[in-house]
Amino acid sequence: MDLRYTEQEQTFRAELRAWLADVLPSVAPEPHRDDWKNRRAWDTGWQRMLFDAGYAGINWPKEYGGRGATPTEHLIFLEETERMRAPYVGMNFVGLLHAGPTLVAEASPEQKAHHLPAILKGDHVWCQGFSEPNAGSDLASLQCRAIRDGDDYVITGQKIWTSFAHIADYCEMLVRTDTEVPKHRGITWLILPMDAKGMDIRPLRTMEGSTEFCEVFFDEVRVPVANRVGDENDGWRVAMVTLSFERGTAFVSEMLQSMELVRDLADLAKKVTRSGSTAWEDTGLRRDIAHLSGELDALWSLTKRNISEAQRTGFVGVGGNVFKLAYSELRQRLGELSLRLLDRASLSLDDVHELPTGKHIHGRIHALSIGIAAGTSQVQRNIVAERTLGLPKDR
Amino acid sequence: MDFWRTQDQEALQDGIRSFCQGRFPIESLQPIEATGGRLDRAAWRDLAGVGVFSLRHDGFSTTDSALVFEELGRALIPGPLTATYLAATHLHTVLAGADSGERIVGLAQVAEPVTMAEHLLDLDSLLILQGDSIAVVDPNSVPTQIVERPLDPLTPVHVMLSTTGGEIVATGDIVRQWCREGAVLTAAMQVGASFAAIDLAVEYAKGREQFGRPIGTFQAVKHMAADMLVKAEVARAATYAAAVNLDGNGDDDLDRAVSVAKMLAGDAALFCGKIGIQIHGGMGFTWEVNAQRYWKRAVVLDTHYGNSEMHADALAGSM
Repeated sequence: MDLRYTEQEQTFRAELRAWLADVLPSVAPEPHRDDWKNRRAWDTGWQRMLFDAGYAGINWPKEYGGRGATPTEHLIFLEETERMRAPYVGMNFVGLLHAGPTLVAEASPEQKAHHLPAILKGDHVWCQGFSEPNAGSDLASLQCRAIRDGDDYVITGQKIWTSFAHIADYCEMLVRTDTEVPKHRGITWLILPMDAKGMDIRPLRTMEGSTEFCEVFFDEVRVPVANRVGDENDGWRVAMVTLSFERGTAFVSEMLQSMELVRDLADLAKKVTRSGSTAWEDTGLRRDIAHLSGELDALWSLTKRNISEAQRTGFVGVGGNVFKLAYSELRQRLGELSLRLLDRASLSLDDVHELPTGKHIHGRIHALSIGIAAGTSQVQRNIVAERTLGLPKDR
Repeated sequence: MDFWRTQDQEALQDGIRSFCQGRFPIESLQPIEATGGRLDRAAWRDLAGVGVFSLRHDGFSTTDSALVFEELGRALIPGPLTATYLAATHLHTVLAGADSGERIVGLAQVAEPVTMAEHLLDLDSLLILQGDSIAVVDPNSVPTQIVERPLDPLTPVHVMLSTTGGEIVATGDIVRQWCREGAVLTAAMQVGASFAAIDLAVEYAKGREQFGRPIGTFQAVKHMAADMLVKAEVARAATYAAAVNLDGNGDDDLDRAVSVAKMLAGDAALFCGKIGIQIHGGMGFTWEVNAQRYWKRAVVLDTHYGNSEMHADALAGSM
């Protein structure tokens, strides 16, 4: 076991760092959260810069225009871009990390040629139409119906939690094409152009106040059969293939932000006073902050372990679920610590009293979503218990 | 970067695991309890025979040693394993025979509210760790008082009535390094004990039936088991990272890495011990079932080289 980076990895880091130092000053400030038009331009503009410099699709295979980087190089990429405060992947997320890799594995040559370069260049933004109001944790029970009519599928139904639906160009979509078979066997994976007729896209306001989530309603929306990826009724397998692309890097940026948040929280505790002394002098609070910072160090080590496993075996084992579970729970406690420290100052979403409190409150709210998104902690525990520990299924 | 076991490390760890299963099966613990937790010298020499105490002299790294100690912890092998290993590693001229199993070396860390020595009756040498110095004393001549009913029957203890005197055999940097290595190897044993507690609880949950089905089908039980695994895996990552850094193969702050490992491995072992008992229900509270033994050992190991809370405070000091 060796935590040191190889010469090749160090060179990769040095070159990336130099490039970031060179180009980041020319990047405009981040647009307001709900300024969708400018956010799209900002996110895709950054993607184009990455593409021109050879960093687009960092983990994609070279033959499809990616860089073919190792999991460790991907880690370094995420680490350096986060540390130098480069734009986040933003609304290119689904295209680069979800739909794109699925197309790489399963799409026809024509579909690949049309879509992959456009994702890498930032020309096309993708969204995801998987979840439905009645198909959350039990995704395979989805009911959004697609009926074959000549060369088209005709879609009627509803999707939810579709981030960026109102600005995306394409949607990776799971639809029900057979209602007579067990639920996993009647699902088909489609590429939906977001300008198709018959769609009603409604923003869904989250408890953070943002509107990046949408509900999408389909009323006889026609999608060419040529847009199907994989066979009809084989969509569940296609969707699961996507998961096999995870190389342990999914939460690296998040992690680094949390590590900074804890350091900031410690600094803040040294400034904020209560009953005449600083909050940092409160043994209980100080110990809890320190414990949390130690746990984050451990999760950083776990990340490196997961990435190393992926580098050796091609996939991440239980470490991926372990990370998600531990991190979700830790972020909740970090948020609770923020509230304890800030007390009445936590009643404002913006900085108050010349203290940098806003980001801690936003962080606290964000933490409430982590154990829900991408598989709730309860479903994750079931997976760990059944697949890793071998406990019997309750069915 | 390659933070995963090499083939050699896998072979080393697997080899020690099968040695432990053969020489120290879990069923062998109860008879030892009946002797008051006395150490078996022949068994101790067998540990030395497979190289447990002489790993560093035989060219193995601290990381390799951590993998070995993880297995010793998994098997709940009693005795002053870390102290004898560290004596063989750092004081092999003063304390000859530690590596070969001829000399059993214990270590008592001066502490509040009491200083305790473990396995005193079986020690050939007792080290007293105070601040950044280590002294060696004759275990037969120090004033002590036996603890009649030790919490862990496999870890007999004496209260030390005096902690002064003896010959100083190490100071300063050596002692600081000793404490780092001691903390990480203890963490490795805590990780091993955590995983053993998980295995036992999972086996029980698969076989035990209530309400007409195995209790392992209930989500309440599954989630407890999953939480055990999460704690143990995170602690394992932290422990390996600390060991790798001790070997000079990482860039992390050494003392921080060590504290994170000891803190989380301590938390994990206590948690897995506790939940292991809970999953066993009433049987978990019996003497007969081994679930309680993992928890008791976790309590003992948490007090070695600083408990979880002390390491959290050390981390605060670095922030």
